[in-house]
Amino acid sequence: MKTKKNFNLGSLISANSVPILFVIICAVMIPLSGLPANYLLNEVVTRLGRNTFLILSLLIPIMAGMGLNFGMTLGAMAGEMALIMVADWQIWGIPGLVLATILSIPLSILLGLLCGSILNRAKGREMITSYFIAFFMNGVYQLIVLYMMGSIIPIMHSTLKLPRGYGIRNTVSLLQMRQSLDNALAVSINGVKIPFLTLIIIALACLFIVWFRRTKLGQDMRAVGQDMNVARDAGIDVDRTRLISIVMSTVFASFGMIIYLQNMGNFPTYQAHTNIGMFCIAALLVGGASVDKASIRNVFLGVILFHTMFIVAPAAGGKITGDSMIGEYFRVFMSYGVITVALVMYEAKKRKENRTMGQQLANEQKAEEEGKTA
Amino acid sequence: MGNTTTLGNKTKLKELLDSFGLPRLIIAGFLLLLLIAAPIVGLDFATQITNIITRFSWNAVMVLAMVPMVHAGCGLNFGLPLGIVSGLLGATLSIELGFTGFTSFLVAILIATPFALLLGGGYGWLLNKIKGGEMMIATYVGFSSVSLMCMMWLLLPYKHPTMVWGFSAKGLRTVISLEGFYDKALANFLTIDLKKFGVNLVIPTGTLLFFALLAFLMWAFLHTKTGTAMTAVGSNPAFARAAGINVDKMRFISVIMSTWLGAVGILVYEQGFGFVQLYTAPFWMAMPAVAAILIGGASVNKASIGNVIIGTILYQGIVTMTPTVMNSAFQMDMSEVIRIVVSNGMILYALTRKTERGR
Amino acid sequence: MEKNNTPLLELRNIQKDFFGNQVLTDINFTLEAGQVLGLVGENGAGKSTLMKILFGMDVIRETGGYKGDVLLNGEKMQFNTPFDALKAGIGMVHQEFSLIPGFTATENILLNREPIKKSVFSEVFGERMDTLNYKEMDRRAEESIKKMGVDIDSKMVVSDMPVGHKQFTEIARELSKENLRLLILDEPTAVLTEREAQALLDSIRSMAAQGIAVIFITHRLQEILSVCDKVIIMRDGYVVKDVPAKETDVREITRAMVGREVKEGGNAAREVRDHSDARTIMSIRKLWVDMPGEIVRNVNLDIKEGEILGIGGLAGQGKLGIPNGVMGLYDAGGTVEFDGKAIDLNNPRKCLDAQLAFVSEDRRSVGLLLDESLEWNVAFPAMQIQNKFLKKIGFFTWRDEKAIANVTNQYIDELKIKCTGSAQKARELSGGNQQKVCLAKAFALEPRFLFVSEPTRGIDVGAKALVLEALRKFNRESGVTVVMISSELEELRMICDRIAIVSGGKIAGILPADHSSEEFGMLMVSQVK
Repeated sequence: MKTKKNFNLGSLISANSVPILFVIICAVMIPLSGLPANYLLNEVVTRLGRNTFLILSLLIPIMAGMGLNFGMTLGAMAGEMALIMVADWQIWGIPGLVLATILSIPLSILLGLLCGSILNRAKGREMITSYFIAFFMNGVYQLIVLYMMGSIIPIMHSTLKLPRGYGIRNTVSLLQMRQSLDNALAVSINGVKIPFLTLIIIALACLFIVWFRRTKLGQDMRAVGQDMNVARDAGIDVDRTRLISIVMSTVFASFGMIIYLQNMGNFPTYQAHTNIGMFCIAALLVGGASVDKASIRNVFLGVILFHTMFIVAPAAGGKITGDSMIGEYFRVFMSYGVITVALVMYEAKKRKENRTMGQQLANEQKAEEEGKTA
Repeated sequence: MGNTTTLGNKTKLKELLDSFGLPRLIIAGFLLLLLIAAPIVGLDFATQITNIITRFSWNAVMVLAMVPMVHAGCGLNFGLPLGIVSGLLGATLSIELGFTGFTSFLVAILIATPFALLLGGGYGWLLNKIKGGEMMIATYVGFSSVSLMCMMWLLLPYKHPTMVWGFSAKGLRTVISLEGFYDKALANFLTIDLKKFGVNLVIPTGTLLFFALLAFLMWAFLHTKTGTAMTAVGSNPAFARAAGINVDKMRFISVIMSTWLGAVGILVYEQGFGFVQLYTAPFWMAMPAVAAILIGGASVNKASIGNVIIGTILYQGIVTMTPTVMNSAFQMDMSEVIRIVVSNGMILYALTRKTERGR
Repeated sequence: MEKNNTPLLELRNIQKDFFGNQVLTDINFTLEAGQVLGLVGENGAGKSTLMKILFGMDVIRETGGYKGDVLLNGEKMQFNTPFDALKAGIGMVHQEFSLIPGFTATENILLNREPIKKSVFSEVFGERMDTLNYKEMDRRAEESIKKMGVDIDSKMVVSDMPVGHKQFTEIARELSKENLRLLILDEPTAVLTEREAQALLDSIRSMAAQGIAVIFITHRLQEILSVCDKVIIMRDGYVVKDVPAKETDVREITRAMVGREVKEGGNAAREVRDHSDARTIMSIRKLWVDMPGEIVRNVNLDIKEGEILGIGGLAGQGKLGIPNGVMGLYDAGGTVEFDGKAIDLNNPRKCLDAQLAFVSEDRRSVGLLLDESLEWNVAFPAMQIQNKFLKKIGFFTWRDEKAIANVTNQYIDELKIKCTGSAQKARELSGGNQQKVCLAKAFALEPRFLFVSEPTRGIDVGAKALVLEALRKFNRESGVTVVMISSELEELRMICDRIAIVSGGKIAGILPADHSSEEFGMLMVSQVK
């Protein structure tokens, strides 16, 4: 009995090695950083509200076997463009956010369709392809926002434009709608602000995802994600199902980006989305997800652990080496590192052949021999 | 069967088009357009050519570094930053140890080599364990190592005054000038300078000769017994294995070669550019090299020296000429957008084209 | 079982050819509702092609369709896709499982046919947004499992199931289709244990009792006799026997399967030599090989120097696993001795060093570098293993392009390979010529022992004879021992001295090649797994 228990513990640890590693890192760095507990808690709760929706958008493509959707950046871009328009029309507060959300939908659907169709042509290489689609679309985004807005696309307020007369400025201020979502129904406990409305929206998204898994489409996606050929033979439209999963993810990402940006209050027009994909993916993986399996639990666990590390690393690094830059580089290193580890583990698992078959054959032979002589 | 009949002119053109690739033609056409437009918008043609040749000389070795891994079937080397990091270590240590002038260049290569062997060895071992998922993992291994080095550049005990921060005297600066060291070490060797004849053409012969030497060595290697085996591994690993080749060993060798060439490549780039760039600069250096070789006609598992040369010329041509021409013509600089669209578009095209063959 | 006037299924004058190669010639038979039909035949007899026609597979349409009629209940049917066949009530359980590993048996049984509950979203977003009715799913799954008659756990995830249960899940899936009238089972007992196989036979009987007709394809003749109402034996694209199971036995079926009339003026120079006095050049003991689909369990074989030994047997019984295992291409265990010295398994290099050569059955994936020239293909192994075609300049060894071109041209002439030149890409050659390139590659190694696996597969008739003649000439002139593995018994009987038959992953027996086809046939079906 005892050995059985040990074995289970061992496999439990190895299955959750990444989250456990991060728990240890945080446990070490929190006291080192010297940050007060209240501040830390407040920061974590804020970041939870800010980032969770974005990370949730990654779940559906994983379910459909598309791996880590670096193309969520496209959804972020859609959200940004919608916010630029709303800021230009000077519609603030919650109505502004609702309008931005509605505006972003056709845009994110379009981008999702584009991304999804390219990915359908690169089956087996979805992740690296979505990675480059994001980079490519960044160029298109710049084309639109830096050149076409203000010239071809009318922008009314010159405060948004660059001095040369066209193109959006490097920073777009959302001051008048800053935290309008978060502040509505906010409750302050001991100096920790809890943005209830935001959390309710996140909870609704989670409920949607749970419900979605029980729909026919969700079931089809799960089937396609595990074996495209079997699904196809059963009559499921594989390409269309995969396409829908990317479109859904992109739409979710654009909503998530709007929530993110309203919390920040302003955004660097050309930089906001460049690393968002990587950080969300890293957070999800830190929560224990893998390239082919991710749940809502991973999202929440990941957001908390990842962002805690993110907050304390510069301060802890400063205390240790006297230079807080170390901490900043450290958190970037951990983000890349955790993605690398997850990718390696996923590929290595794919390659683990049934080396047991050979042993089985040898044993069969032996048993036969013994049966004969006995 | 097996006799190719002569096709009509039309289909032969189509065949040429298919094999050359539409994007490649578009890019070549675009470059041609820019070259024609240059004198029209008032730019000096010779200067443009000088620029293209100069930038070719800086980048060609890093593009060459793609060839071994592609040949061995390890895919496009997005993990080039590992080689670049080795090169940076060589450069900084060479300066730290007090070498100057041309010698510092040679010492840099010398010191970079063991690092390249070590890092390339680890990287090669990893890639052998994850056959099929090389490209994605290479990208992130590259990123992780660059961000690790970001921390290292701050922590390692460098002391040379030209390299460390001013008042704290601890930690390396972001950009280090190579004046007095190996700035233009190769470029100033046997330079062909036509300025005195009134033509603004300067050809960095030294650098080009160095590239030619490395390219020749690569070409020669691919004609040896081992090089032949490596090509077979990339062409069809099952065939190579059945023929008794140690596929893992070939892949391993190709990764080390790629990494070492990446190290030398960044040193060649630095001598041309005049500066050593640390910290976050190496993050984005793999993509231009990958895009260049793809533009030159390579695919995910086949690359030749010709691809390297053509691709680097085309890519650097576009990257140098677009901002200058556009600025002169429209007072508008769309160079970054074009660079992003061209390089990433090329990579996307290659990714969506490759058929799963010979795996 | 009622007997209507119109049979459930009737095949009339079915003919099919693949680009001039006649695979099915005039197939006629009928099947009543509730009848169990056993379909027997060697590989290449046409069974799978016939089933592909019946099931509407794309490959039939893409290669020119078929002639003749398929009638269901007297009505002519044209199936263009498997879904047409499914709609008409035909179900098929293939040999390779078509299951989603992470789903439960229930989810697989109802895949893409799940009962649903309407939801509010479906009005807006389309019908796939309805939720699954899990209760109803469980009920239907249990129902079809009961219909099948074998107890499996509907809640178990497929990847956790023993192999036999996966097979039953597939059958339950077909049974859950309400309009199922005809079920085709392709080698269903290959992966089952004794008990499970018996359970399957019971299940077939119960299905038949419920009015479902069953076509049961298998090599296990005992099973056919125990559960089928009638037996149809196919050979070379014909129906050679159509007989009620009660009126036949294993011997008769085997004879029908493999027996062939002696061709007029057949290969006249067929001499069967006796090598029993020659020394044993290769000795294989307790060989097991993990080659998916061709598993070898326990092979013991002695090969005489200078002979041409044939290895035959039905598909999937392990004959292809033997050369692949010995030459190190698949995981293997046991001992192999060549010329008195032990050969390491799982190490292709060691075999090649010991001067063993192998022409693989998989030309395209293993045998050739399709994108390289013929020169590369022919010279490569010899170059790498024996350092041929290299010249030393300074410290390094370079490819000797001239020597490579020479040797390639030499073989192009000798084997009459049709190509534009030694620099042509291997991909562009026809199948037969590609095979000759593979032979040239092996010959260039000047081996002392040659395994040739399925040398004439996918080659037209003319080229077949040339390839076989080349092999025989090679053996006669150089004295090299040749072991030829082939699914075509007649081919083996044409050039081999002895023929070993593999069945169930073991050697069922070895006989001189001039023994009757029927005797070999009996060996083939003897221990079929």
